Amino acid sequence: MTSYTKATIGDLVDGKLPWHALKEMMSNFKDPDRFDKYVAVLQERASWPEKILLPLGPHLFIVKKADGSIVVKSSSGYEFGDYRRNWKLKARIFVRDTEELYREIYPALMHADPQWMEMREYYDPIDGTLLEIEVVPPGYPILHTFQPDLEGFYRDWLKRPLG
Amino acid sequence: MEDVGQADRAVRRRPIGEGGRLLNEALEASRKLFEETGRYQGVDDLAIKKTDPIRYEKIWSRLRGALVGARETALNISASPIVREIGELCFALYTPEGDSITLSTGIIAHVHTMSDTIKYMVSSEYETNPGISPGDIFVNNDPRLGDVHNADVMEILPIFWEGELIGWAAGVTHEIDVGAPQPTAMPQGNTSRFEDGWILSCHKVGTDDRLFADYERRCHSAVRLPFYWIMDEKCRIAGCQLIRGAVLRLVEEIGVDTYRRITREFIEDTRRSFVAHVKEVLVPGVYEVPSFLDLTHSVDAGRMPAYAAVDSLVHMPLVIRVGVDGSFGLDLDGASKWGYHSSNCTPSGVQGGLWVGLTQVLAHHDKVNDGAYLATTFNTPYGTWANPDNPSVSNTRSWSLLIPTFTGLFRAAGQAYASRGYLEEVLAGYANGNVMQGGGRNHYGQEGAWTNFEMSSEGISAGSVRDGEHCCAAVINPEGDMGDVEAWELLEPLLYLGRRLRPSSAGMGKHRGGSGFESIRMIYNTPSQFMFNGGNGHTFHGNGLFGGYPGSSLYRHSIKNTDIKERIAKGLPYPVADQDPEASEMSAHANGMNLRDQNMWHHGDAHTEYDLYLSLQCGGHGCGDVLERPPEKVIDDLNDRLLLPRFAESAYGVVAIRGPDDKWQLDAMATEAKRQAIRKQRLARSVSVEDWIAKERSRVQKADYIEPVRKMFRESLALSEAWSARYRQFWNLPEGWTT
Repeated sequence: MTSYTKATIGDLVDGKLPWHALKEMMSNFKDPDRFDKYVAVLQERASWPEKILLPLGPHLFIVKKADGSIVVKSSSGYEFGDYRRNWKLKARIFVRDTEELYREIYPALMHADPQWMEMREYYDPIDGTLLEIEVVPPGYPILHTFQPDLEGFYRDWLKRPLG
Repeated sequence: MEDVGQADRAVRRRPIGEGGRLLNEALEASRKLFEETGRYQGVDDLAIKKTDPIRYEKIWSRLRGALVGARETALNISASPIVREIGELCFALYTPEGDSITLSTGIIAHVHTMSDTIKYMVSSEYETNPGISPGDIFVNNDPRLGDVHNADVMEILPIFWEGELIGWAAGVTHEIDVGAPQPTAMPQGNTSRFEDGWILSCHKVGTDDRLFADYERRCHSAVRLPFYWIMDEKCRIAGCQLIRGAVLRLVEEIGVDTYRRITREFIEDTRRSFVAHVKEVLVPGVYEVPSFLDLTHSVDAGRMPAYAAVDSLVHMPLVIRVGVDGSFGLDLDGASKWGYHSSNCTPSGVQGGLWVGLTQVLAHHDKVNDGAYLATTFNTPYGTWANPDNPSVSNTRSWSLLIPTFTGLFRAAGQAYASRGYLEEVLAGYANGNVMQGGGRNHYGQEGAWTNFEMSSEGISAGSVRDGEHCCAAVINPEGDMGDVEAWELLEPLLYLGRRLRPSSAGMGKHRGGSGFESIRMIYNTPSQFMFNGGNGHTFHGNGLFGGYPGSSLYRHSIKNTDIKERIAKGLPYPVADQDPEASEMSAHANGMNLRDQNMWHHGDAHTEYDLYLSLQCGGHGCGDVLERPPEKVIDDLNDRLLLPRFAESAYGVVAIRGPDDKWQLDAMATEAKRQAIRKQRLARSVSVEDWIAKERSRVQKADYIEPVRKMFRESLALSEAWSARYRQFWNLPEGWTT
């Protein structure tokens, strides 16, 4: 059964694995203990004590608080509220909806027309990290990109209690 | 006098399925067994796999090898660079009911579209009329029966053993021309399928392993370049014959009963593998990953009917639901209505798109066949572009909607992989590019048409732990390459003046996408040529992940009535690159009339000899926050001309200075200060989402958008109660509200 050391998973997270090792990891059977080692690596690096239940990205995590509530929390320590709600609703937003704003990051003609499509940037309210981008027509509801079935994941797939 | 005709018909009516059943009875029985048991053909015990796993795998490898070998051999028969160079073909082996058992490499989107085709022939009682006999040859390119668009032509040969049909061998190639009124294989701006060109709806075109003479004659008159069509046909037939031979040799060796049993086990085994793999690497839940595409036919006013010569924004609201039972459901509820354009799909075409996406992102485990299809569900709502309620719609450019739709599949899987820790698998979707096509009198003096498939080499998107690769592949053909310029110049009356990486085409991020490329073409050795573009102009194609920016969008640029001929005669510089639209090298080295805008969808645009045409291929999307990209890597991107210098500071916050050797160097202290300033600026000029929603709501109430956006919302609100309810709930709008 495939398995990697925690140090290797740490190197993977840091993008330090050489290509041949990464390629071998892709082609190999998946290591069933990856999730636990991955979460352990991330937990050690977190600047807060709450237990990580599910990473959502490099800076966002579903965590269990001491009072038993489960929230989305960022690496900066900002809490976005109940994990079942869209975390973006508690973020900062900046919308690129003019040519001028698009031209800060794209050459002319190589970006969307702001009348057809705007770019929404969601920032961490504490440190300004760019957490996610949406490119949608104006008036499109904010995307709830990922709504994990956390209870089902722990109960039926990991086969252990949540938290 | 004996009625030979009646006797012959009686023989043909004899059922050819297993145990003397009609094929459609076998198909119905198979469907019923799956419904009742949830297992393919009700197979419970993988007996051969369990009792003799080595033999099981050897037989699998033998069949799979036969398919791959057939493709590699047969493609050499084709004369088309699309097939020979780019590899736009594939072969597959099917059960008598039309379920794929194994497949070759190549454009595997068609593994399931050909399955639909066979099922159509089976359920339409082809064994009675027109009859199915050993050596028969069937052709299909009708998307309504089983295909994505009619440019993909499939050959289907039955495989018989002692009078019983035991399977089908099928192959598909992408054609250079299909005889459409507009000179290209994938014409755009068609208002109905009657403008799509030659459509063969599951035709029997040969018997005794030979094409009917009347069919061959028709091939010579139906398309502009019959040589390519006929050679592609021979390529497909040869591949199918190679497969048929391999299957018959195997059956002779292992017996037909074992062959039937093991092929069913292969499919059920794959279904189970897919479900297990979903549980192994994903996270149950709901993933919302919509895409959008602008269609710009208002530029065709006067060439299209007024009701069709309009701009449209097409909504592809893909939602993926992963169940705790390992179910994998896709849903396009809320999709835009079909339109008077050529980008409509059929459910078969949508499944083709799903297949090619799934096999790259999730269903690449061990065996690939229709078992994976059986483990998924897909809702394509009736009346939408994905399942039109008008049977006459055009389908020639179906891929233009399928490609953006399924970039969402990659993002959803990328999210799940990142949550499970399988970071090596994360990919922020994939890129898109211009579909360069044209036609008219070619350099051989013939009426010609061509599609350039260099768009098979887009930049690959970034992942969680790596940058994307440059000019690498495309979702339509993950093994594609861009083709040698010399090969394209043999086919097309255009020269390549230059082909190079395109700066700032890649999406930026902590990890940047791979770059796309640009080609400068010059119309040559023909008096005129109709040129097409195609792709996302006013919209981004997909998005990055975790804060990464999307790859660039597209625009068209031609220079007409140029002075290139004089420049060449006088030995003056001519353009070999373009690079930056704000300082176009193409415009700088050619005088003429510049046509430059984001209207990528239009009827054929007349060009004359020495006119220039720029074709852009996008870069992949980025992954992660740009401010986390190591500054040294940004400097490398500058020195490699992957990034236009002005974006190093404005986007990445990297201050670079030119050294004495003209190379870019890092100013580390200024970079640190700049990045801190950008973080402060982000917080200063952003607002809370709650405040933004409150402000934006008044614009939503007024539907204060351009008409294509209003129309997109109007259609989605009208076509889906569920989508409509979610939309109104989000913006707190009253019941029945619409644009």
